[in-house]
Amino acid sequence: MNRRKAVGAICGAVLVLVATVPAMTANSLAGETADAAGDATAPAILLIQNATILTISHGTIEHGSILIRDGKIAEVGGSINAPKGAQVMDAGGQFVMPGIIDCHSHIAIDGAVNEGSVSVSSMANTADVLNPDDISIYRDLAGGVTVANILHGSANSIGGQTIVIKLRWGAPAAKLPFEGAVPGIKFALGENPKRSNFSRGPEKRYPATRMGVEETIRGAFGEARDYKSKWDEYNKKVSAGEKNLIPPRRDLKLEPLVEVLEGKRYVHAHCYREDEILMLLRVAKEFGFKVRTLQHVLEGYKVADEIAAAGTGASTFSDWWAYKVEAYDAIPYNAAIMTQRGVVVSINSDDAEEATHLNQEAAKSIKYGGMTRDEALKMVTINPAIQLGIDHRVGSIDVGKDADLVIYNHDPLSAYAVVQKTLIDGRVYFDRTRDIAERPEREKEKKALIEKEKKAEEKKPDEKKADEKKTEEKKPTDKKPEEKPKPPQSVVTEDGAGRGGAL
Amino acid sequence: MKRAGGLARSGLAVAAALAGPIFVAAQGAAPQGATLPGGPLAQAPKAYALVHAKIFTVASAPIENGTVIIRDGKIAAVGAQVDVPQDAQVIDATGLQIYPGLFDPITQMGLREIGAVSATVDSTETGNYNPDVVAATAISPSSEHIPVTRAAGITEVLAVPASGGMDSFGSTGVIGGQASAIHLAGWTMEDMQLKRSVAMVINWPEISTKTFDFATFTRKEKPYSEAKQEYDKQVNELTDWMERARHYAQAMGHGGPADYARDLKLEALAPVVRGQLPVLVFADRAREIRNAVEFCDKQKLKMILAGGEEAYKVKDLLRSKNIPVVLRPVLTEPLDEDDAYDRMLTQPAELSKAGVKFAFGSFDNSFARRLGQNAANAVAYGLPYDEALKAVTLYPAQIFGLAEQVGTLENGKIANLVVTNGDPLELTSEVRYLFIRGQLTSLDNRHKRLFEKYSARPKQ
Repeated sequence: MNRRKAVGAICGAVLVLVATVPAMTANSLAGETADAAGDATAPAILLIQNATILTISHGTIEHGSILIRDGKIAEVGGSINAPKGAQVMDAGGQFVMPGIIDCHSHIAIDGAVNEGSVSVSSMANTADVLNPDDISIYRDLAGGVTVANILHGSANSIGGQTIVIKLRWGAPAAKLPFEGAVPGIKFALGENPKRSNFSRGPEKRYPATRMGVEETIRGAFGEARDYKSKWDEYNKKVSAGEKNLIPPRRDLKLEPLVEVLEGKRYVHAHCYREDEILMLLRVAKEFGFKVRTLQHVLEGYKVADEIAAAGTGASTFSDWWAYKVEAYDAIPYNAAIMTQRGVVVSINSDDAEEATHLNQEAAKSIKYGGMTRDEALKMVTINPAIQLGIDHRVGSIDVGKDADLVIYNHDPLSAYAVVQKTLIDGRVYFDRTRDIAERPEREKEKKALIEKEKKAEEKKPDEKKADEKKTEEKKPTDKKPEEKPKPPQSVVTEDGAGRGGAL
Repeated sequence: MKRAGGLARSGLAVAAALAGPIFVAAQGAAPQGATLPGGPLAQAPKAYALVHAKIFTVASAPIENGTVIIRDGKIAAVGAQVDVPQDAQVIDATGLQIYPGLFDPITQMGLREIGAVSATVDSTETGNYNPDVVAATAISPSSEHIPVTRAAGITEVLAVPASGGMDSFGSTGVIGGQASAIHLAGWTMEDMQLKRSVAMVINWPEISTKTFDFATFTRKEKPYSEAKQEYDKQVNELTDWMERARHYAQAMGHGGPADYARDLKLEALAPVVRGQLPVLVFADRAREIRNAVEFCDKQKLKMILAGGEEAYKVKDLLRSKNIPVVLRPVLTEPLDEDDAYDRMLTQPAELSKAGVKFAFGSFDNSFARRLGQNAANAVAYGLPYDEALKAVTLYPAQIFGLAEQVGTLENGKIANLVVTNGDPLELTSEVRYLFIRGQLTSLDNRHKRLFEKYSARPKQ
């Protein structure tokens, strides 16, 4: 956790190069077998019985049942009789809650998360580089996560486009996106876009101050506004019946910003300090758009009233602090204060490993700031759903919503709770019992592959001589081609996933 | 029963503590609260009696409705039938639980304030071989991390040089320096110091074909043969250091100072080669661990493993050689993509079953307060609870030779203890009182102050 997370927190925006972990046998191996852990198809009718249901929207139901039809929740209540043909799952009194929604993630991105060469990289899009084989998808599923907001990094004042996915492990990239979810764009304020912590890295780039960050955003939106009016004018003429018009030249950088102005694309803004938070809210007001979420927003507690008044959501960490100056006033009470002042708050991960225990991270606000259990649970379920505009589909256990559920053996607000099953659209995508049962088989398959590789090399002594270096790298003794490029001791990537990113 | 001067205030404090959320308790717990710079009370009573508590001594079975007597910084008595001395300040701990304070054996406490700001970082000296540098020298007693960490029930830590964190930027060195054990309270290092030198840090060289070059911010790859050569070179150098240190130690033992030129680095290594000072060897991969064990065997060094992400692969070796481990947080991503998703979480249970002694460490400052959370997660994945509790109290003390002083609630030990309203490993439990060196210690800290300040901001 720490070294990977925290170090990346600083370097994140630059460690693009660490990010490229080559695809490897081991990966696809894990992928295939783990896929087999899920049901090939979801049963048309599934009844979960004898569960402690944390509905989020209407309290806890002891010994409750959830009826699922075609991937949707059809009925929730005390005792439900199994309809004909229903598959019945006895939860044995265990806890069922809505799947966890991670409002800040960098999993499932193929390669680097930052297009760091320019201050405005709105033309780049995480949706174009989704990698369905990323093992972090499976691991986060195993931590109860069903939906994640896949963000570009934080190297730019205006970063790349973002996409909300469901963690449908085993499905191709095209099946990952959350159908109908509003796409987003990443903004970033403060130390990362001004490259404060990267003096040893590439040469200085504008902006290098918070003043410049504001001007970069204002400049880009000025251009976007002009670009939009050109198109508006053109479209007006076209609808008026004018012929032979030359359309304005398409600008892939400005198009997503026009969508922001039109309310068709959400702004997810990485920020830390109170002053930069207010700066962005002012700029948004100037150009007439809304900031959908403030990400990290570790000083959000200082300006919680202003954030609430702007109708902007806040997605923060539970207890990270002190990894850089702008995180020195970070406090674990942040979520509680913002909630108390009327902000919709979520707890996010920004890290593949952290995502596996967001339930625990949410629980910390009970201790730090006296949040109620319900408020804490909301921060990883319905609140991030609201922030991502998908609360009509997910985030609580209600009739008509997607059957995205997670089953824990204990109270999920405890450090002793372990995820037993994770369902998306009524289908079991993670099953702890099955995962454990299949391990010997996976080990066997891995060994067989290694043997095969060894034999293949023994057969080619000539080639070995011809290219000694190359073969040496593959010698069984130095094996482990699957080893991560472990950066020395502490250098790691911000996102435990080894992607170098955003924080 | 005579009660000490602070009684009235203290009584109120208890009432407040039981009634309110933690921040109220925190203020109450320290009668002079925020006016203190995070240190122990200026004029503490000589003796305390904590009564009516459930006491988890860690040394023996829990005691229901028990009493702990603290006198002159030490635990004077623990038990169900203990008389409260006349001069003791009494704290009614009805409904509360008492544990030894938690012990985090790998941090950079006081050596690093803000990772990204190099001026606030003193945790890793430049160069590869620095056996003579000692953590205690550079620990800032006023680091904001100290009160934040102890508010999580952690009463003592090891500050470990060259142990990672964000400051090292790729060069942790091979011999990193000496780790110091400190209490998390005190006006000066003299107050805080539990033991100045408890272990010599060695970052075991890795055979790594992939590295990240911080000078150019590029990722580099090199052939195995080259990586192996670099590895061999470093191990040879390390061997050389130990051999020179051995000769030096012999010279120290025989002739007078005139017989040899004084060398601070070799002098620092002398207790290591004599087997008096353990080496704390950072290694995670099974291959590196095996190589390190072989090296320490050959050099007759007393080894403690740090990191140990693949310790499970060499558990028999570790047990047979009696090598204890300070485990990296279980809330860490498994090393390889084809590792089981819960590989790190199940490892403590596996090591415990195999008879390998281990402690949990945070390997960090700002995440130190997750120490209990990590232990609890290991329990969730099969580690017996009692072992988890020992792995954050008694075992780190034993591993670093400090079990005579701390780690359990027993007569004569230093009174580092924590009074909670529940399981200290659980996320939502609150620390109500904290004693360090027998003194009721403030739970106030930077985070609570900011919380109170901004909670009081008038509605805009």
